[in-house]
Amino acid sequence: MHEMSIAQSLVGIIEQEMLKHEVTRLIRVRVKYGRISAIVPEALQTAFQVMTMDTPIKGAKLEIEEIPLVARCRECKKEFSPEDDLLIMTCPYCDAEFGHEIISGKELFIDELEAE
Amino acid sequence: MQIKVIRKILEANDRISEQLKGFFREKKILVLNLMSSPGAGKTTLLEKTLTDLKDEFNMAVIEGDLQTSNDAERIAATGAQVIQINTEGGCHLDGSMVLEATGQMELDNVDVLFVENVGNLVCPAEFSVGEDHKVTILSVVEGDDKPEKYPLIFAESRVMLLNKTDLLPYVDFSMEKASNFARSLNSDMVIYPVSAKTRDGMDSWYDWLRKEVRHKKKG
Repeated sequence: MHEMSIAQSLVGIIEQEMLKHEVTRLIRVRVKYGRISAIVPEALQTAFQVMTMDTPIKGAKLEIEEIPLVARCRECKKEFSPEDDLLIMTCPYCDAEFGHEIISGKELFIDELEAE
Repeated sequence: MQIKVIRKILEANDRISEQLKGFFREKKILVLNLMSSPGAGKTTLLEKTLTDLKDEFNMAVIEGDLQTSNDAERIAATGAQVIQINTEGGCHLDGSMVLEATGQMELDNVDVLFVENVGNLVCPAEFSVGEDHKVTILSVVEGDDKPEKYPLIFAESRVMLLNKTDLLPYVDFSMEKASNFARSLNSDMVIYPVSAKTRDGMDSWYDWLRKEVRHKKKG
């Protein structure tokens, strides 16, 4: 349940940004996470609600969006997105099996927020 | 008002990790973040390593534990300097915990600092603690599908130690399958099959450590 630590950091950044932009009410915030980052969206939702309970952020909507896993093949250098089943990470172009480089899918960032 | 932010959520931890990296670079200490499931044999592997390389290196340990000090006591018995971080239920170590721990340690002549993370294949992967490398220990009794189930930790690790190979005759574990999964997203990964208990295969791990210490000393 490291989502608690993540929610805590998230709230910290939201508060800084709200102060910077001189807004007091948060309407929604969007977080993006990579497919293989160790995030469980439901757990993050719960953690966010708990962390914001007695704060001005309470009631704001947390949108959580997944970023697909994109790998670059070690052999043919083409990019591909492995199917849902991570079991087989074979390059669809040349059948190479290992050593692919991760282009995206490990991210964890706050994308934007809406406030007034 | 719409506000575009684009900030890493764990940026505060990343900053502390960078600060720690600078500190360790200056002191020329090789720092390894050891991660595994509970019971994969992190502490036993560490005990053997600390004992076997005692005359070669000055080694210290930061021991992450949920509640007890059992592991720290085992480490202390090898004669190595050890400090315990009790996460009180927390599922991972983070940069600030390690920063605080280093403040209480004597690190001037230390060659290698092992950070033994909390037993967990998920959460620790997201939090850097100033390490040079992440080292993941997977014991063969856990199953060869673990790298596939927990892709991040294996994608981030420089070394995978496949521990408890003495139990291979009793379990269905394919070294090839585990290695292939782990390498599918990580071509640089070094994989050593070991048995910390019988010391089988440990020499390759020690050679890797020696090489990394030399590398770190050179700067």
